Amino acid sequence: MPVDMASRRRPRRARSEAPTIPRHASVQKAAAAMHRPVIHALGEGALILQAGTGATLACQQRLWAVAAQASRWPHVRDAVPGMNNLTILFDPLAADPDGLSAQLNAAWDGAAASRRPGRRIEIAVDYGGASGPDLEAVARHAGLSPREVVQRHTAADYIVYFIGFQPGFPYLGGLDPRLATPRRADPRLVVPAGSVGIGGQQTGIYPLSAPGGWQLIGRSALRLFEPAADPPTLLQPGDRVRFVAAEVAA
Amino acid sequence: MIEVVRAGQLNSVQDMGRAGSRHLGVCQSGALDRHALAIANLLAGNPVDAAALEVTLGPCELLFRDAGRIALGGADFAATLDGRPLAPWWSVPVRAGQRLTLRAARQGMRAYVALAGGIDVAIVLGARATDLQAGFGGLGGRALRAGDTLRAGPREPSSSSAPTSSPPSPSVARSPTSASAAARRFGIRAPAYCDGGADAPLPIRVMPGPDHGLFSAAAQRAFWDGVWTLTPHSNRMGFRLGGPVLARKKGKDLPSHGVLPGVIQVPPAGQPIVLMADAQTTGGYPKIGVVIQSDLAKLAQLRVHRQLRFVACDAAQAREALRQDGMCLRQIQAAMPWAPP
Repeated sequence: MPVDMASRRRPRRARSEAPTIPRHASVQKAAAAMHRPVIHALGEGALILQAGTGATLACQQRLWAVAAQASRWPHVRDAVPGMNNLTILFDPLAADPDGLSAQLNAAWDGAAASRRPGRRIEIAVDYGGASGPDLEAVARHAGLSPREVVQRHTAADYIVYFIGFQPGFPYLGGLDPRLATPRRADPRLVVPAGSVGIGGQQTGIYPLSAPGGWQLIGRSALRLFEPAADPPTLLQPGDRVRFVAAEVAA
Repeated sequence: MIEVVRAGQLNSVQDMGRAGSRHLGVCQSGALDRHALAIANLLAGNPVDAAALEVTLGPCELLFRDAGRIALGGADFAATLDGRPLAPWWSVPVRAGQRLTLRAARQGMRAYVALAGGIDVAIVLGARATDLQAGFGGLGGRALRAGDTLRAGPREPSSSSAPTSSPPSPSVARSPTSASAAARRFGIRAPAYCDGGADAPLPIRVMPGPDHGLFSAAAQRAFWDGVWTLTPHSNRMGFRLGGPVLARKKGKDLPSHGVLPGVIQVPPAGQPIVLMADAQTTGGYPKIGVVIQSDLAKLAQLRVHRQLRFVACDAAQAREALRQDGMCLRQIQAAMPWAPP
């Protein structure tokens, strides 16, 4: 019943450029070949393109390039990157999904990894204490001191893979695997806005107060989302983020 | 100017919501029953996407400080205007000093109060809808409170002498040019989708989702053949359904991906969630199906503890349903007292 719109005729091609592996990625695949993307319908007004196995930075960069093109096509309402995938929303009474799929495949084939020069953004964070009530739990889990956790968290260059979950919320690649900590068994009813957390292998910063299960290690005063501003989000895919310890209560 | 005397709960300014900002993490917001909003707007002389009040829990009492026109769409809240019953799908003039009260939904879940001229609040990220999750848009990014005041936007007189070949501009609110037209009280027959289907499980058309094949054959059968109950853990973000546990074949977790209203997710516990207007923009749960856009209005009017079942549908049928909806709206628009002859 599901319609697989991936073109079956083109042979796989080996890529000549080696994918850039994120520095601390836990999935280290030396894959040279990019798999053919698979495109599925997501209702009558959306398509989801899945890039294939292994979420690499190079693959994500290619998706950014496809998203940038697709957002300019007639009748496309939005292009939403995810982790290794891209959802295109369109007017179902104006656009033909088969035609759009073909365009997506062509765009993927032709897309070089987006060379958009991501901006470098530093985010000042107060770690530990009341700002980071789970810092000690993360340290215990990692077998490190809280200060060492802060050192490792601030040492990395993170890349914004995509924005989702909340307005302006960045999904960051590059967390030191040593800091990966399972989500809290008991999510908090309220996570204050600006909280910096770790959830599994991901790290991020909550733009808005919300319920959440991440381990909170610090807090920042930076506003990641300002609806009246242009652009309304501080971060966008491709930006490079560093956390800087303003205060460490540990 | 309209004064909110009693606000009720979960009632907010909504229009058709935000398209085009999902890549920023901004959800759609907007009316859960877009069809009822569109009709109420047309009855009030507005473009279909003007901002109106979405009422979920009464009592909600509005005091009109200025003359104007209102129209009701969606669920029947036993509304009264100065104590006189006002049925849903009716359009009436209001005089300064009149009070409109919506009580409790007798059938259906959500009503729309459209004001001629639309509700005038700032456009943020392309819409006047309240984003209740992120706290912006609409009136202060929140539900209505007693003491709030609302303004209606401007209206332009329709040119009743316009040649019949030029259709009215879709973006301008119309007002009748003659005193008699301005005094008209009129209504339309309730649209078919509001029947509620009495006791039979409400059929909801669904396109199979990309992850349909990740579910066991038994789970797939249970999804399509089962009777599902709308649980009380349902809100503008998503409707949680109770029914057979849908077991997934073993496999890796899905990477986070863009989702949209209508997507039916199945978390590990095996009970489906239908994403609605305020759902987050990304998710990680398998997507077994997607409710067609036309049937989201029907679903939005389903009362808690009522039942539904899923009916398989393809993209062509989904598009045809949207075309039918559009035709219905054009027929209503053509029947308005201010439509060109």
